[in-house]
Amino acid sequence: MMSKIVRTMSSILSFFIFVYGLYLIMHGHSTPGGGFQGGAVVASGIALLIVALGSHNLHKSLKERHLSILESGGALIFIGLAFGGLATLFFYNFLVGSPIFGHIPPPGPNPGDIWTGGVIPFMNLAVGLKVFAGLSAVLLVMALAISVMEVEE
Amino acid sequence: MRKIAMAVSLSVFIAFLVATAFLIRPFGYPPSQMDDYIIENAQSETGTNNVVTAVVFDYRGFDTLGEATILFTAVAGVIMLFRRKRRE
Repeated sequence: MMSKIVRTMSSILSFFIFVYGLYLIMHGHSTPGGGFQGGAVVASGIALLIVALGSHNLHKSLKERHLSILESGGALIFIGLAFGGLATLFFYNFLVGSPIFGHIPPPGPNPGDIWTGGVIPFMNLAVGLKVFAGLSAVLLVMALAISVMEVEE
Repeated sequence: MRKIAMAVSLSVFIAFLVATAFLIRPFGYPPSQMDDYIIENAQSETGTNNVVTAVVFDYRGFDTLGEATILFTAVAGVIMLFRRKRRE
């Protein structure tokens, strides 16, 4: 656990890091970025919290058990969306042209539209959830192991 | 003996790499039609402006599934390795 200045500043900054990661995940189909990158950014916010607050204090509100449940849920959503297009083909984009995320952008350069992409925004969300939960669980478990080793020595 | 074997195998490996670097085809040849197809049709077929995301999540979805499985396996292994024993 670090000093009060570091704790306050990292609590404020981690919120903006989370928002930036969510932006990267949700705009993955129209701007550079996507699920993997956004999930890694959110996990780096968790890493900042672990360094500032200490792994034991963070472990009171963020258990690795729940994180692994989140990760498995992201993987299941991803595979479920892949199976959703099975009427035509595995990983078929079955939501293009439908009312949900179904707009089709004009070919060539265009101003961009968030309501496009079919199933790709949902897949970005699932992969982002999965990467965030997986990397945070790894960081939290390793930090806890290091602090336990320091106590025992 | 071991050092000689290592030197021989390393020199063979380096010779193989250099020969491959000289024999490699020029950049962009032979021209393929697949990338042109993806650049032409990604926006109308998948509805995404970001063609890289269209390739990763739609045209090559199986590949992303494998990546996700690798990440899942790695995380499961680390959590299993660092799990805390209940001694009390």
